[in-house]
Amino acid sequence: MADSMFKATQQNVSDEHRDFLVQLLFFGMTVLLIIPVIIILCMLMWKGGPAISWEFLFSEPTNGMTAGGIFPALVGTVWLVTVALLVSVPLGVAAALYLSEYAPDNWLTRFINLAIINLAGVPSIVHALFGVGAFVLFFEFGTSILAASLTLAIMTLPVVIVATRESLQAVPLAFREACWNMGATRWQTIRRVVLPNAVSGILTGVILEVSRTTGETAPIMFTGAAFFLPFLPESVFDQTMALSLHLFVVATQVPNVPEHLPYGVALVLIGMVLLMNALSIGLRMYLRGQKKW
Amino acid sequence: MVEQAATQAPEAPSGLSSSAHRDTTRASNKLEVRDLNISYGGVSALRDVSLDIREHEIFGIIGPANSGKTSFLKAINRMDMFNKNMQVTGEVLYDGHNTRTLRNVYALRSRIGVVFPLPVGLPMSVYDNVAMSPRLRGIKNKADLDEIVERCLTRAALWDEVKDRLTTLGSLLSGGQQQRLTIARALSQEPEVLMLDEFSIAVDPVTTMRIEDILKELRNEITIVLVTNLVQQARRLADRTAFFLMGDCVEIGETEDLFSGNVTDQRTSDYIAGRFG
Repeated sequence: MADSMFKATQQNVSDEHRDFLVQLLFFGMTVLLIIPVIIILCMLMWKGGPAISWEFLFSEPTNGMTAGGIFPALVGTVWLVTVALLVSVPLGVAAALYLSEYAPDNWLTRFINLAIINLAGVPSIVHALFGVGAFVLFFEFGTSILAASLTLAIMTLPVVIVATRESLQAVPLAFREACWNMGATRWQTIRRVVLPNAVSGILTGVILEVSRTTGETAPIMFTGAAFFLPFLPESVFDQTMALSLHLFVVATQVPNVPEHLPYGVALVLIGMVLLMNALSIGLRMYLRGQKKW
Repeated sequence: MVEQAATQAPEAPSGLSSSAHRDTTRASNKLEVRDLNISYGGVSALRDVSLDIREHEIFGIIGPANSGKTSFLKAINRMDMFNKNMQVTGEVLYDGHNTRTLRNVYALRSRIGVVFPLPVGLPMSVYDNVAMSPRLRGIKNKADLDEIVERCLTRAALWDEVKDRLTTLGSLLSGGQQQRLTIARALSQEPEVLMLDEFSIAVDPVTTMRIEDILKELRNEITIVLVTNLVQQARRLADRTAFFLMGDCVEIGETEDLFSGNVTDQRTSDYIAGRFG
């Protein structure tokens, strides 16, 4: 009988109900997850929005940081992030290339991989103290952009290494074998086939690093970021203000700051991070569209 | 003849041990394999294989899956280097040079074109796929590259289909086209030896026939090692055929002899007749 063959049994009906309930539950969890994000963003927009103006972005703090803008901190953050990137990207990509393409599978490689994972778990204040010991004192860079950026670079190195290694390993082995069979060396294979196809993943990792570096406070507090310094840095050996530390300072360390000021700083900071993430997503979508196999 | 060496009795490979005999055959032997053993982490994959592959012949290798055919090819162009798990002993002489002790493996590999079971169009343009090997050799001149790309694609019976879209990604071509692209890429190496590993597994019968025609044309210029699990394909193409079974080289002979029942081992005729495998 064709009709009764597909007739829903009691079992079918209850299975379907359960499936619907589970779906509803997971949807609820997901919504719960984004509620804090939305609240934070709305609060910042509402309370900090009025503070944002061209003047706020491009002028110096005045009146003991209770008025004026954030220009030195904004510039300082750009300096810190840029120098950190210049150090950590070449280092991280090189390390990932070695680990993914060259390293034999032995105890040393496994030890290095373990060390990288552990490095990612080290609290940022420990990195900060390491930075003071190594860069500020031992290498005698003093409290400077260089010392702070190196500390940031070391802290974010695992992010770059892991992201790069993963995108390298996503390139199918068959491509490498085809090149090796043609008589290409490992480096020729990497340069012509592996890297061009891993670049989107690497860029994503780098931008992720940028957004993390932008917000870090502890590692730069003792190594190069200044409490208040209304001048722009001229070289990597100068101290500088930074947005993240400036937010900490105006929110907790200075009396009589009008409420909109710290919210404004926070909004600029989070705006920078969101911009970076949006850029990352856009870039990845663009590069994914180019890559097909 | 040399190829009649009974690999079941490695201590007495009739004819092989005579060095005088070897010297007279070397001139026409492109590859000489001596006592080749391959194992993966202690598990044997190929045992005591000794055979010669003559210049400008199509040498077929047939046998069911897991017989060591692919491992054999990997040992020849030293691809075992990339697999720490793979141990190879014995000698493979290429024009009389022992490749097992060779330092410049890149020069060896560039003389040997390889075609895989599954077509591998590299994720770059059709043009770059074919121009890659010449570029690795240091050819930069655009006109020279153009000429090589057109010649190799024509050779591989693909030129007419792709000449208007040389900038398309190679990995976007259809399976049959990609396999011909792989052959064009192998030819762009200007190889002396072409090794094909079950090239027809993922392509349609029409493409298979076209590629077989290409191989027939190429046989006068280069030495071809054709690994195939299609017994009839070996019959159509190979001058001589070896039968591998479970890591042993059971039989080597003129393809005609093998298919007319003139075999030394019963398993060969059983396999060819389709009674197993």
